[in-house]
Amino acid sequence: MVKKRLIPCLDVAGGRVVKGVRFERLRDVGDPVELAQRYSELGADEIVFLDIAATVEGRGPTLELVERAAESLTVPLTVGGGIAGLKDARSLLRAGADKVAVNRAAVEEPSLLGELAAEFGAQAVVCAIDSRGGEVVTHGGRRPRGLESIAWAREATQRGAGELLVTSIDTDGTRGGYDLELTSRIAAAVEVPVIASGGAGEARHLAEAFEAGAEAALVASIVHERPERLGELKVELRTAGWNVRI
Amino acid sequence: MNLPRVVLCDYGAGNLRSVSAAFGRAGATTAASTDPTEVLEAPLAVIAGVGHVESAARGLEPVAAAIRERVAGDRPTLGICVGMQLLFDESEEGGRGLGLLRGPVRRLRARRVPHMGWNALALRRESALLEGLDAADVYFAHSYAAEPADGLAIAEVEHDGSIVAAVEQGALAGVQFHPERSGAAGARVLENVLRWSRNA
Repeated sequence: MVKKRLIPCLDVAGGRVVKGVRFERLRDVGDPVELAQRYSELGADEIVFLDIAATVEGRGPTLELVERAAESLTVPLTVGGGIAGLKDARSLLRAGADKVAVNRAAVEEPSLLGELAAEFGAQAVVCAIDSRGGEVVTHGGRRPRGLESIAWAREATQRGAGELLVTSIDTDGTRGGYDLELTSRIAAAVEVPVIASGGAGEARHLAEAFEAGAEAALVASIVHERPERLGELKVELRTAGWNVRI
Repeated sequence: MNLPRVVLCDYGAGNLRSVSAAFGRAGATTAASTDPTEVLEAPLAVIAGVGHVESAARGLEPVAAAIRERVAGDRPTLGICVGMQLLFDESEEGGRGLGLLRGPVRRLRARRVPHMGWNALALRRESALLEGLDAADVYFAHSYAAEPADGLAIAEVEHDGSIVAAVEQGALAGVQFHPERSGAAGARVLENVLRWSRNA
């Protein structure tokens, strides 16, 4: 049986890990590869780098970072954030990312998913879906797209996405638990693995997401405060009977 | 000490950086190559695969004859992921493999496809390649898998039925998982592979 995965997500900008409030007042908190390495030692099943400055600054620092991470990490790496099209996605995969997470570019040009899957295989193509009130949103939640989230999830997988990263803008940052209704409806509608995202506060929330059908759970702020929390979460989940890798 | 030299068959679509680095950590020097002579003469040749099997097969064409010759001469050769699938015959994903091992490559029949994540190896027969790795978790990311002829499988995993995770026939071997992305267990696999390639 494939294990349920815990995936720390690091926000990067200009090749560094940053923390900030609503993309403003970013504070440098370290080297992404060192932090990813630390998470990997603490039991991270994969790592996600979310390039929050990509569209502003271009790709130079991120590509260098991905090359470095690909060489030193011993768990899979997904890179997302600001991927504008085939060219960006291809550069990141060629630099050594195991998967790319495409969001807005896929909404605006759905055929991108199929093109990427044909070149790199569906397992390298993650479609990131941000959802608010059941509708797809982009631009950090600011722009509603008039697309129903579940219908888009289904279409994205039919076009070639091999995994969905489903973030609920409604629960993101609340620490009150993942959006279980959204997670379960999408997990039931598609064949590919679903990563639940947005709202994790404690081990119980991750268990609920797995119960709702998610194969993996993205964790951000709860582990960034204290990285050791990641290992504790896995032990708590294992104790509760969940099939996680210790 | 003479370090074993690993040649990674370079066929374009796949990225070899992580595989190369992982072999480096295991103590081997590596080089990516599209040169048939280098592929033929390497102490260990690796077909590391990500990507679509059809484009991978096309990309591999320039060194296909060299790989066949190696295998005919019992020189150690390892396929990883799509690289393992390429050792077989026809794939449901499209295209033909090298036909060095008998069996088709079929799309997985499971509730969740791709088979994505960490799964525990169940060893099916004794093999130096996977020594010490029974029940170890390794990382998979694939939608298709080889269904080898009897006796080739050395390990399987469960994913709504069993999937062949590794095969071995003489000096030719394949792993469906990604040792370069499988933490300490993956590192152990590559160390075993290097030892196996020296003894093969």
